[in-house]
Amino acid sequence: MQTVAGIIVLASLYVLLGVGYVLIYRASRVLNLAQGDLMMFGGYALFAAATSVAAAPLVAIPLALAVSGMAGFLIYILLMSRMAGHPVFAAVLVTVSLGILLRVGVVLLFTDQLRYPLQVMALTNPPLHLGRGVTVSMIDALSVTAAVVVMAALVLFLRGSTLGIQMRAAGERPLLAAQRGINFQLLFALSWALASLTGGVAGVLYASNVRLDPSLGVFGLKAFAVALVGGLDSLGGLVPAAILVAAVEVLTIRFGNPLLAEVSPFLCLLAMLLVRPWGFAGTREELERV
Amino acid sequence: MAYGSGAFRTTYERDMALVDSRPRWIALALFLVLLLLLPAVASRFTLELMSQVALAAVGALGLHLLTGMAGQVSLGHAGFLAAGAFTVGILVEAIKAPPWLTLPAAALVGALLGLAVGIPSLRLRGLYLALGTLAMHYVVVWIGSEYQARYGFHTGVMVPTFELGPLFIRSAVHWYYALLALALAATCVSVNLTRSRVGRAWMAVRDREVAAASLGIAVARYKLLAFVASSVMTSLAGAVWAYYRSFVSVEAFSFTLTIEYIAMVVIGGLGSVLGALIGAAFVILLPYLIDSVVAALQVGEVQYYLFPLKFGAFGLLMALFLLFEPLGLVGIWQRVRNWVLLWPLRYIPLRASR
Repeated sequence: MQTVAGIIVLASLYVLLGVGYVLIYRASRVLNLAQGDLMMFGGYALFAAATSVAAAPLVAIPLALAVSGMAGFLIYILLMSRMAGHPVFAAVLVTVSLGILLRVGVVLLFTDQLRYPLQVMALTNPPLHLGRGVTVSMIDALSVTAAVVVMAALVLFLRGSTLGIQMRAAGERPLLAAQRGINFQLLFALSWALASLTGGVAGVLYASNVRLDPSLGVFGLKAFAVALVGGLDSLGGLVPAAILVAAVEVLTIRFGNPLLAEVSPFLCLLAMLLVRPWGFAGTREELERV
Repeated sequence: MAYGSGAFRTTYERDMALVDSRPRWIALALFLVLLLLLPAVASRFTLELMSQVALAAVGALGLHLLTGMAGQVSLGHAGFLAAGAFTVGILVEAIKAPPWLTLPAAALVGALLGLAVGIPSLRLRGLYLALGTLAMHYVVVWIGSEYQARYGFHTGVMVPTFELGPLFIRSAVHWYYALLALALAATCVSVNLTRSRVGRAWMAVRDREVAAASLGIAVARYKLLAFVASSVMTSLAGAVWAYYRSFVSVEAFSFTLTIEYIAMVVIGGLGSVLGALIGAAFVILLPYLIDSVVAALQVGEVQYYLFPLKFGAFGLLMALFLLFEPLGLVGIWQRVRNWVLLWPLRYIPLRASR
């Protein structure tokens, strides 16, 4: 049972990060390889808010999330919007540069020491006993809740609101959507903001649970494997994919090989690429279009 | 390469010639003589830098074959380098293999790995292929770290001096000549490929796959060939790297290394041999350039910020080139040359100079 709990907790983090890949990919067909660094940025935003503005978590956490969201918005406006019309791979490489710049910025501002924002906010991370010998930490439970809330909110947003429906339309048939007068720039900027925001949520949770250091972004690369296994343009495939990849990873650690566990998401990805490259629930024509 | 004005070739032989005029022959010969005589005048440090550039150039040319010529994107270049380096490390450690065995073995491992990575390329295109190669990189690095952990080389594997019969490489000067020869050989192979059947087929596949197929080019075979050729060249570079550093460790082959090599071909100019060479020199020399600028400005207390600054300058430059000069340094160079050739006229030649 404890293993199952571990899988769900890890899967929830993967979902929170994977959502960012899917949102940006659906909107602009760009794979954002800086997603992990956006997550790290969110964590540092929390640290900065807690140290310099207010240590109260009710102030610091919303502030950090707002900063993350704004950062995504600005990144699109200032950087990524200029990549329109360039080859997709060039845009992907620009996100790699962006990741490098974010990491460097954080090191310059905060140095590369390990940080623990939870201590700064004077909070603890008590274990919760859920019965049947299952114990998870407070933040673990919170991250599962956050993943559920974020997924539910996104589904509601994409199905219910006008902007969400426009976003889906733009992702599905860009040309037609543009002809109907949908504001592309706004939607792309919004998808970056949302991706950065969900990345920020993951960053805040991870930083509170484990630690904060500038090389945290590596975790993001594992989550992109999750996004691809689920289907790069599908939110629905993300949850089963996250659970599958997390299960493989946790079980590999449990049955003896932590080194193998580190690459297990990539092995899942390779297997998926060979069998079903468009993922669990991705669009099949996607491959032809790329 | 189209020029703004100037030479018009009247025979096919002249059109195929790599060096097409006497002044160019002289310039090339002078450049080679300069490179050969460099150890007589240059300091040890300069030689060391030049050796690093030459070694990086071989890896960059490997990537150039795959991405620049055949148009197959790869995010797993460090994986190919690691495969070559670890083949040397493991063979040396296990059976004390001499270089005449390790280098062909590294090439063979590279070929097999290229084949394995190339097979998905028959089905996957663009981004998906890039992700597949990235996953492959992590698998190769995992095999390396598994080996290190199992046999107790937690920090890495030592590699002895390069000795091949009467040939041995000990001093910095030896290494300089050896790596220079290797880089020259790789350059010759790459340049000659552009005017061979294989190179033309690659470029056709890169530019329009369907059109290439309808011209009778076996797209699948040439794609696989591109992966194999590129990864053989790269893993040989990795093998020589192992001897050069006399040490192999998985830490050296991170995703950042892949990015560095991609930056070389992007900053230099994608699809151009000269670009790969200039890019390799640029990316390798950039950190030292920053060092010397900082030293010249004499701003104190920057030691701590120096490393992130170098890393950041590299990320920034890559983004700037992608945004404003996708043709890279070679593109700038061609524009300057056209400007000079056309002077005092200013109009752009009818065919864009790509």
